[in-house]
Amino acid sequence: MSRIKVELKKKDVDTIREICKSFDNQPGELINVLHKTQHTFGYLPAEVQEVVAKELSVPVAKVYGVVTFYSFFSMIPKGKHPISICTGTACYVRGAENVLAEFKKTLKIEVGETTADGKFSISCLRCVGACGLAPVVMVGEKTYGRVSPEMVKDILKEYDE
Amino acid sequence: MADYKIHLLVCGGTGCKSSESQILAEHLRNEIGNQGLKDYAQVVGTGCFGFCEKGPIVKIIPDNTFYTQVKPEDAKEIVEEHIVKGRKVSRLLYKDPKTEKIITDSKGMEFYKKQVRIALRNCGVIDPENIEEYIARDGYSALGKVLTSMTPEETIEIIKKSGLRGRGGAGFPTGLKWEITRQSPGKEKYVVCNADEGDPGAFMDRSILEGDPHSVIEAMAINGFCTGASNGLVYIRAEYPLAIDRLKNAIDQARHYGLLGEKIFGTDFCFDITLRYGAGAFVCGEETALIHSMEGGRGEPTMKPPFPSVKGYLGKPTNVNNVETFASVPVIINKGFEWYSSIGTEKSKGTKVFALAGKVNNVGLIEVPMGITLREVIFEIGGGIKNGKKFKGVQIGGPSGGCLTHKHLDVPIDYESLVAAGAMMGSGGMIIMDEDDCMVDVAKYFLDFTVDESCGKCTPCRVGNKRMHELLVNITKGNGTKDDIDRLMNLGNVIRDTSLCMLGQSAPNPVLSIIDNFREEYEAHIAEKKCPSGVCKALMIYEIVPENCVGCTACARACPVGAITGERKEIHRIDPSLCIKCGACMDRCKFNAVIVN
Repeated sequence: MSRIKVELKKKDVDTIREICKSFDNQPGELINVLHKTQHTFGYLPAEVQEVVAKELSVPVAKVYGVVTFYSFFSMIPKGKHPISICTGTACYVRGAENVLAEFKKTLKIEVGETTADGKFSISCLRCVGACGLAPVVMVGEKTYGRVSPEMVKDILKEYDE
Repeated sequence: MADYKIHLLVCGGTGCKSSESQILAEHLRNEIGNQGLKDYAQVVGTGCFGFCEKGPIVKIIPDNTFYTQVKPEDAKEIVEEHIVKGRKVSRLLYKDPKTEKIITDSKGMEFYKKQVRIALRNCGVIDPENIEEYIARDGYSALGKVLTSMTPEETIEIIKKSGLRGRGGAGFPTGLKWEITRQSPGKEKYVVCNADEGDPGAFMDRSILEGDPHSVIEAMAINGFCTGASNGLVYIRAEYPLAIDRLKNAIDQARHYGLLGEKIFGTDFCFDITLRYGAGAFVCGEETALIHSMEGGRGEPTMKPPFPSVKGYLGKPTNVNNVETFASVPVIINKGFEWYSSIGTEKSKGTKVFALAGKVNNVGLIEVPMGITLREVIFEIGGGIKNGKKFKGVQIGGPSGGCLTHKHLDVPIDYESLVAAGAMMGSGGMIIMDEDDCMVDVAKYFLDFTVDESCGKCTPCRVGNKRMHELLVNITKGNGTKDDIDRLMNLGNVIRDTSLCMLGQSAPNPVLSIIDNFREEYEAHIAEKKCPSGVCKALMIYEIVPENCVGCTACARACPVGAITGERKEIHRIDPSLCIKCGACMDRCKFNAVIVN
């Protein structure tokens, strides 16, 4: 995996420290700390993990182990408009696979990748629970229901600047 | 408080919210204000009605008018016609797809007729963000009753006699679990609510937490009283932001009302609840994995025994129950075990919530008495198969469950019968498949899921499932050999017998049950290199029917790889060695000359 080198500013380090402190630097709160940190920075690069490990007094390997175990955590920055395609069973049997293929084809990226201009990224998620609207696609916070491959271009167009 | 004559219940579940139900509620409020009816009619945002297929839903009380697929622009008409003039807006009413009749009262809908809503009793009825509405529906009276007039032993006895079993899937007797936790030595104990609903296609736990969070809080407190725990934890998926918000809000309100915290109901009982978030790992639904995740580590399961009831969170006795299990508890205490155990079958009491999804007309959340048949669920409540297609199979229990078919339609739904039929209750996901679904592809899909979600700790699950997946991929690409079915069965049985946790032990279930019930489909893929449902792309061959081809060149121009040759006004041909099976030619042809074999 290609590694993205990130230079953390002092301000960023302080923010991470504060997050850790808000959980009393408890190692048991690691997942909550990571949630909050990712919410702040958008992703969890190795440099951020190193600071978290130091603050919670746990090995970096443990933090890395947790970050890579859970699909919610990402070490790559997501796009400005993250696209999530639900591949839960209900969406799958109603054609999510074709929708996903269309997004990949149009944006020329794979799942887990971000476009070169940083605008879009694609990820798959397991069931947002809106099975009545299957197949479901989320762009940022917005949900699109009953999506067909033909709709993909129009959806992306909404995010033209 | 104003004495409202009319209540407009607007569904605020995730599904309907995604279809702008919040804006709709706002519009309704504005229109009511415009008409000067603020003290006469009230708009209430509720939890899920279950009828997600036709959301957003607006239900009007007292006459149970059930409006479906309501858009924000419809607010004006609803208020002007229905509320002011008392005339129902017929174009928004539900139409029975079989009889074409318009149904005005939700009680007359096939979807609701056979349902018995116990765990979902308040979903779609009360405003989940208002504790007083829960209290008005006997909320927290079970906790009061237990704390002030019963002993923990008596309470556990009621749960035991009710026959309630774990609704997370395994069906362990709930009362017995409570008793074991109570008897486990230790001063510090924990109550954990498992809200890590990972089965893709099941959303009952989320709906309960969104629609009736207090029922879970109340039951956890009752459990704390019974087991001797004063700390409760809810392990909830981070993917459920709305459920998290509602639950947080409910916990705050309960604290404010003194129903959580110190000296509850003036007794010495203290209990409080905190939240822990999942981070997207299916295996964390397994209770030992869940506990490790709550402790801040990787969610890997460990050997049982020791069971969490003996040694769980931080090594202390921990009672882990699922959301739906908890939601059933307060009613059982209030109405008695005799009432609860009178519903259901001999060994499976009460009701079960199912998430009906896939190729069924009425996608949604239903709660039915145990013992109901699959036929009743799919064809009566579910309204049959979409677009008049033929029913093929139903996957029950998600990636851990099995796929049942026609011959099982009259199997009663209870823990034992489903296992005997080759499926399992699971968390209650029910995905309906029709004639267009390829069962080998479905098996591959579920295995793809388990391979992805396997935590990697034990070899049978980590390596075995991967090998099974490879076999299936080969079969769907037309490279299967005749020994592959036997290989899948052998490997599946070994994985089932030797994996560490339920994820691995149940991972081969979809594959094996599909071999049992749809063997001919596997054989068609292997022997004839054909996908009978036309799903597996690698097995499709695009051809041009010479009689229909007019030589318009549209297909040749559409082909991205230049696989189609032919002069203008001559019959075209597709070169199968170049064709990438994208289907562009078929989409473009106006003369139905392109077919798939």
